[in-house]
Amino acid sequence: MLHTVNKSPFEKSSVTSCLRLAKNGSGILFLEDAVFAALQGTSVSDVVAGRAKDFQFYVLGPDLAARGLSEKPVIDGVEVIDYEGFVDLVEEHDAVHSWL
Amino acid sequence: MAEEFDDEFDGPVKRFLFVNRKAPYGTVYALESLEVVLISAAFDQDVSLVFVDDGVFQIVKDQDTDGINMKNFSRTYRALEGYDVEKLYVEKESLDARGLTEDDLLVDVEILDSQGLSDLMDAQDVVITS
Amino acid sequence: MKLGILINEGPFTHQASDSAYQFATAALKKGHEIIRVFFYHDGVYNSTKFADPPSDDRNLVQQWSKMAEEHGVELIVCVAAAMRRGINDDALAPGFQISGLGQLIEAGIEADRLVTFGD
Repeated sequence: MLHTVNKSPFEKSSVTSCLRLAKNGSGILFLEDAVFAALQGTSVSDVVAGRAKDFQFYVLGPDLAARGLSEKPVIDGVEVIDYEGFVDLVEEHDAVHSWL
Repeated sequence: MAEEFDDEFDGPVKRFLFVNRKAPYGTVYALESLEVVLISAAFDQDVSLVFVDDGVFQIVKDQDTDGINMKNFSRTYRALEGYDVEKLYVEKESLDARGLTEDDLLVDVEILDSQGLSDLMDAQDVVITS
Repeated sequence: MKLGILINEGPFTHQASDSAYQFATAALKKGHEIIRVFFYHDGVYNSTKFADPPSDDRNLVQQWSKMAEEHGVELIVCVAAAMRRGINDDALAPGFQISGLGQLIEAGIEADRLVTFGD
């Protein structure tokens, strides 16, 4: 399963709910305002980094860039992808769960 | 093969999961999502509903919307059985976090812990959220 | 891969329709087929030809129409959600069609993947 999350972890619980309920081994893509969850040095970095062994994390680069965050370091294990990479992830996983 | 299909839907059966994570009334998502569930019943698919996070508030009993002049659609969850939509699951952690128990709910559900719900959700073909 | 796309929000308040459009564009570029884009909830607002954003902003309604024209992508607007929000056939931009919720379930059945964009 590929999970996508689009909410800021500082505003909504989508990121923590996804981390609680996604099955280990899943892919999790942060896009839109959820890209903040992929960054080092935030109040939620440890929460995400602590699950890097359970999930493969991805973050949508164009959404980071739009928010002026392209140069900020992402958490170890988070892969930065573009929209074509997003399409590839959808193809590689058997279903997609969007945490709206 | 296309010629094998007739007016009755007899295509593939997929596991459809409707994930409810939002409370009713504050936004329209719960009401309109329920309409999708009702339509899905006509397609003879393997349909499940899960209620997690604020979605559990959708099925709390004794809802009375007279004072806000909005349609009380909570009874519809009890009617789902008549549409052969019988797989309703609730996450225990979501109930606990909101001070709710099974006795607060208006419809029969299966209560699962996060791990159980995680396994169930991972085994679906199509996940619809709103 | 055959893709179905569900869009739950309108073209301006949320990024959902933009993200869906960028995703769809990338998918088409990679040779995938988009069998249907289904617009539900406030997503039905993506279909109205009366949208008239400032000229220095993108016009998502026109972008979707163009994708329908150039790639034959089916753009289906939920009738029940549209009626509630005052959108009927007279309001539709080119390429959009109003139809029932069954089209969303069918997309889920027929597509290899259904991808949802919303709030």
